[in-house]
Amino acid sequence: MKNALLFYGVYNRKGVSMDIFIQQVINGLSLGSIYALIALGYTMVYGIIKLINFAHGEIYMIGAYIGFFAITSMGLGFIPALIIAMIGCAILGMAIEKIAYKPLRKSTRIAVLITAIGVSLFLQYTTVFFLRPEPRIFPKILTDGRFNIFGLKAYITYQQLTIFIVTILLVVLLQYIVHFTKTGKAMRAVAFDKDAATLMGINTNNIISITFAIGSALAGAAGVMVGVYYSAINPLMGIMPGLKAFVAAVLGGIGIIPGAFTGGMIMGVIEAMVSGYGNSLYRDAVAFLILIIILIFKPTGLFGKSEREKV
Amino acid sequence: MLKLENINLYYDGIHALKDVSLEVPEGKVISLIGSNGAGKTSTLRTISGLSKPKSGKITFKDQDLLKVAPEKLVNMGIVQVPEGRRVFAPMSVYENLELGAYLRKDKDGIEKDLQRVFKRFPRLDERRKQMAGTLSGGEQQMLAMGRALMSGPKVLLLDEPSMGLAPILVREIFDIISELNQLGITILLVEQNAKMALSIADYAYVLETGKIVLEGKGEDLAESDEIQKAYLGG
Repeated sequence: MKNALLFYGVYNRKGVSMDIFIQQVINGLSLGSIYALIALGYTMVYGIIKLINFAHGEIYMIGAYIGFFAITSMGLGFIPALIIAMIGCAILGMAIEKIAYKPLRKSTRIAVLITAIGVSLFLQYTTVFFLRPEPRIFPKILTDGRFNIFGLKAYITYQQLTIFIVTILLVVLLQYIVHFTKTGKAMRAVAFDKDAATLMGINTNNIISITFAIGSALAGAAGVMVGVYYSAINPLMGIMPGLKAFVAAVLGGIGIIPGAFTGGMIMGVIEAMVSGYGNSLYRDAVAFLILIIILIFKPTGLFGKSEREKV
Repeated sequence: MLKLENINLYYDGIHALKDVSLEVPEGKVISLIGSNGAGKTSTLRTISGLSKPKSGKITFKDQDLLKVAPEKLVNMGIVQVPEGRRVFAPMSVYENLELGAYLRKDKDGIEKDLQRVFKRFPRLDERRKQMAGTLSGGEQQMLAMGRALMSGPKVLLLDEPSMGLAPILVREIFDIISELNQLGITILLVEQNAKMALSIADYAYVLETGKIVLEGKGEDLAESDEIQKAYLGG
């Protein structure tokens, strides 16, 4: 009897820990999807003009606001709001590139980097000024509900499922564009060698512009989905996810698209694990600990190869 | 067809090209020889619009090239094979060739040219799915030339196509250049390998520290004492 009880206890504890683990993986993957979408923009822009676009987190924030107004003022549903936010962010991204970065195309990289930080602060506080600093409650547009996973006490909510599916669709679409369309091939050519691309007749300025548009659209989608997921948005919401997505991009190997996706997912899962098992206060510290570790041991990231040129 | 008049180019404060004038008549092979740093690549970069000269004039069929955006030159038939091949290493051989035809819209013509390139360079056909960066130097040079041919060039600007290649490959590359010329493509060839460059040139220019110091028919220059001494080790 005593043995049986003991056995039951162990079994039960094991069952619970499995539930928690699976639950954290699910939470981590949906958070990771957000990081992945933002990290893709970082990595694409870095790939093409070697700039860490520190204003990228703000594009994501503005995407959330565009989604918010599309839903509240225009009464749109989730998908139309998502599309409008993506278009709005694409235009914003192109405008930032044209106004702030393009004039500095021949300047030092540090000059452009500092400009990016300036743009980031400009967008944060312009939003504070016009849209007030306090958080806004994102309307519930996806029905509440959840699925049970494998009969465990772990659940995936409709919101999480939506985030996950939309992210996968967008990433597949991105891979298609980059690998199979003429524009995508031109993007890769420009990223590798701008002068050689020009000699092919590729207008590098247009391609850089398109890259900003696509990266920003992905960030816009992430913004709307975060609004749906966490149901509150504010003008400074882009800072932390922006930095973490940057870490994700570095983790995967900056400039490498599959790397950014994987890096984002890993960051999400690690963060969920730290929150679930440890102390959620440490999760930001852990994110940057990852950055430090990567920079010390494998600065090229998980997918990065050290460059070797052939003569 | 292509004409440079009194081009002056400054590069990081250095006077890289000093009153350079040269002419590339239609259907000819023109060679521009000179040692390292003489300004050969600068001349080609200026023609392709990658470097902006301080003064001077470049015309192509009487059209002012300095007013044309660099990426538009390809449409006019001015195509450059840059120094060091500059193939897109992380992309496949096939994709590299496709990029050569980036501005073209005639699908049938592109396909025909692609087959032509593959026929002339069977190695590229065998390796069409391989990343360009994994090719040997000679294969990369062929890819760079094939890629340029995909643009449908009228004038081909070749920058040191023999650089770093084994002698037997150098011979092959020069055979290809002559072949292309016979197909009606005008050629401006920049080379350190003066012997080879002069052997196929109708007319040649010698560049020294940014200045054209000598010009003449290919065979005449090859026989001249100055060239023998300075470039041919005679």
